[in-house]
Amino acid sequence: MSREPSSETSAAVVASREGATPMQRDAAVTIFEKGAPGRRAFDCPAPGVPERDPLELLPASLRRGEPARLPEVSEPELVRHYVRLSRRNFDLDSGFYPLGSCTMKHNPRLHERVAALPGHARLHPLQDPGRAQGALELMWGLERALGEIAGLPYVSLQPAAGSQGELAGVLLTRAYHEAQGSRRTKVLTPDSAHGTNPATVTMAGYEVVKVATNADGGVDIDDLRAKVDEQVACLMLTNPNTLGIFDPAIEQIAALVHEVGATLYYDGANLNAIMGKTRPGDMGFDIVHFNLHKSFTQPHGGGGPGAGPIAVSERIEPFLPAPVITRSETADGPRFDLDHDRPRSIGRLRGFQGNYGVFVRSYAYIRSLGAEGLREASEIAVLNANYLLARLRELCGDDLPLAFGERCMHEFVLSATPLKRETGVRTLDIAKRLLDHGFHPPTVYFPLLVDEALLIEPTETETRETLDEFAQALAAIVGEAREDPQVAQSAPYTTPVRRLDEAAAAKRPVIRQAL
Amino acid sequence: MLEAIGARSVEELFAAIPPAIRLERELELPGGMPEQDVYAHLRELAERNTSAEDEISFLGAGMYDHYVPALIDMLLGRSEFLTPYTPYQPEISQGGLQAMFEYQTAISELTGLPVANASVYDGPSAVAAACYLAHLANGRSRVVVSRAVHPQSRETLRTLSHGYGTQVVEVPLRNGRTDPDTWEEAIDGDVAAVVFQQPNFLGAVEDAAALAAAAKRSGAVVVGSYDPIPMGILASPGECGVDVAVGEGQTLGNRLDFGGPSFGFFAATEAHLRRMPGRIAGETRDVDGRRGFVLTLQTREQHIRREKATSNICTAQALNALAGVVYLGWLGRAGLVELGELLLQRTAYLRDSLAALDGVSLLHEQPVVRELAVELDVDGTAGVRRVIGRCQDAGINPGYPLGADYEEHPTGLLVAITEQRTRKHIDRLAAVLAEAISAEQAGCGTREEAHA
Repeated sequence: MSREPSSETSAAVVASREGATPMQRDAAVTIFEKGAPGRRAFDCPAPGVPERDPLELLPASLRRGEPARLPEVSEPELVRHYVRLSRRNFDLDSGFYPLGSCTMKHNPRLHERVAALPGHARLHPLQDPGRAQGALELMWGLERALGEIAGLPYVSLQPAAGSQGELAGVLLTRAYHEAQGSRRTKVLTPDSAHGTNPATVTMAGYEVVKVATNADGGVDIDDLRAKVDEQVACLMLTNPNTLGIFDPAIEQIAALVHEVGATLYYDGANLNAIMGKTRPGDMGFDIVHFNLHKSFTQPHGGGGPGAGPIAVSERIEPFLPAPVITRSETADGPRFDLDHDRPRSIGRLRGFQGNYGVFVRSYAYIRSLGAEGLREASEIAVLNANYLLARLRELCGDDLPLAFGERCMHEFVLSATPLKRETGVRTLDIAKRLLDHGFHPPTVYFPLLVDEALLIEPTETETRETLDEFAQALAAIVGEAREDPQVAQSAPYTTPVRRLDEAAAAKRPVIRQAL
Repeated sequence: MLEAIGARSVEELFAAIPPAIRLERELELPGGMPEQDVYAHLRELAERNTSAEDEISFLGAGMYDHYVPALIDMLLGRSEFLTPYTPYQPEISQGGLQAMFEYQTAISELTGLPVANASVYDGPSAVAAACYLAHLANGRSRVVVSRAVHPQSRETLRTLSHGYGTQVVEVPLRNGRTDPDTWEEAIDGDVAAVVFQQPNFLGAVEDAAALAAAAKRSGAVVVGSYDPIPMGILASPGECGVDVAVGEGQTLGNRLDFGGPSFGFFAATEAHLRRMPGRIAGETRDVDGRRGFVLTLQTREQHIRREKATSNICTAQALNALAGVVYLGWLGRAGLVELGELLLQRTAYLRDSLAALDGVSLLHEQPVVRELAVELDVDGTAGVRRVIGRCQDAGINPGYPLGADYEEHPTGLLVAITEQRTRKHIDRLAAVLAEAISAEQAGCGTREEAHA
């Protein structure tokens, strides 16, 4: 993949038409198609105990008929296979990854080192709390830090990811209203919301009611006023929202929601814009979830693991998932414990205490940066986004205009509608052509209320030079589209495979290797 | 950069935030630290934990101290697997997508069921997700769950089912297994799903085929929560008539990590394919005819279907599932079976060794493959906890006190094995446990009492 499109574009196009790159010629073969009968990597230890008749220990009626047809490969084969696969991935350490609302910031390698220390990595979750004091202290410290960042003091680290944090939040809302003797049926979400919001609402047994967006990209207050009533349990909001716009009417929104006794839920996916600048609790939110795999540097792993802790206000606290971590003073200093005795708790959402390995990394991040560092991270994230926005408006503002407003917070949404109208080149084509330039494309076709959306989030990680290169690449793609739309429409050319037939995959699903 | 933006200060970029809610101070957090100081601090915290590196541990109850081969550390540490997002752009994510496809194949083979997704959060949440699938499939309002299912799975199920309005009914145990008569009586035409665990929480191998058969007549979805390692020798979910097989994937190449991250696996019969939660990778072709992989059947998912999605899951456990498929490839076809037989033999030796001790009796006599439950002749759960404390002082963690979750077994102790626990370790456990029980029976004071 190349960074000099102008000189290599035509070469790449020609190459792809003539044949293929070495990686393209290297056809995909799965691990199940490799190896040979009897080949192996694992050397099983001998039982080392007096051996009994296996059928006496486990009768044939409970036994498996045929062994699972797992791969039969040697260790070198196994290593080469997965190293080869790894080379067919683009990743954050290889280049710019401006995937909007995903906050692809640098993952410091210190975090991998400390998470791998045996005292963390080989600690059993059911170890007696008295012998897990370091882990519980770390979790306590992370809870306090997240509570301070959110401006909501009571924290549960348990939820496994943002979507589970959301579910926890809506179930907490349900428990809160039930404790008040109130049965409510609806949850409001803006039409710009992440898809997880409405999906969560359904899973929690509520009906989704959409609230419109106004011309400035904020919540349409009149529409909210018309829809918020005593049947509303909660309003779920992201602020800044998925348009990258901070809703200046947030205090009024909070007042409207609280007037009818509903809770206000903060989707923390966009927290990277506001750390140390403003706090959801101060805005009037009752419940916040964090994505530790976004703002707090947990590597995303190609689709997890993450973690989705929640912070809540005092009136929600009694219902937090159990167990909670407690701290008490003893003669020997502070002692940390797990409190399972929480009669009003919504219960647990998953096993054990949550994704502790993720907590180690995010705790290390917060201790590395401190208050000042976190604030600066948000400031630079917002500065970078506005700079990239300014560069893009200058270079291709007519073809890819900003969807809402003038400035942005940590991310912004462009629309390729004008370009599409004039050249036929769509957002999807732009995204695919960016691959040839060595960039990960922005989030595309989201938020849904913007046609041909490109949601761009550069994060504080990137240098000015990278932002300039990206802006130039996008401008080059727009220029190229005006000359020959076919180039973008047939892109990419240089990737390990080219445009894939997703419709065929869904129509006749092949989701495992036939053996 | 400000000049290009046309702003005078960075502060100006935050002008949309109303003054009343601006934070006019720094966050109250400890000051930042250089890398080596953070390392030292995290190391100090790690040292205040007693890990499986520091004691001989027989603690299981859902997570097990299996050996994680070094090649997994190497592969999972590669930037190309560690740092990408969910593969939304398949042309530059073929490595991750193919690994998901291979993982799905491995889980499908293991469970004997045709379709598997690319992972959910963990074992307990997978049980709850399976019951949500059942609720979507048949619209019924009751779930029957064996009391031998992991207590945390049952609790997670209760938490989540309260949201969508399903009632959870528990079936008690008889001699260490799900009571077949009560099980059959509890199942009727209103039951959305039935859930058992294999091996169950007390270590007993259930008659899975019989439990499934009892439910089939009612049209309830049969959910089995499985430990993947013993699946090498136990009848597979597919062979037993299970509709949805789920479970905790930690034992497949993942660390203990104080409980996470690991992954939950999720496999089902073909009929449930379009109701599955989470990501699914599928095979297809590119414009030039090359074989490739994409995320597929996305119309099930939240980012497309929104409030009509079959689940809200987005970020799952891709890296942990990758460890899972690499681990299964490392064990290989024969290795998984050999490992199962090894655990079977050592568990039998463990059972005989413990049963021979004064003050120890077997809680049940069902077949066991990697874990077993005993009862100690001591005073209640507190007595068991004190015995555990004494053993730990001698460098042995003897297991998990069952009384914490089963009031009917206040003096129960759950003892687990992995290939890392040898005969020497088992002999040492027997000696230390015997001593601790007799000290407890003699009523000597312990450190634990001092804490209480």
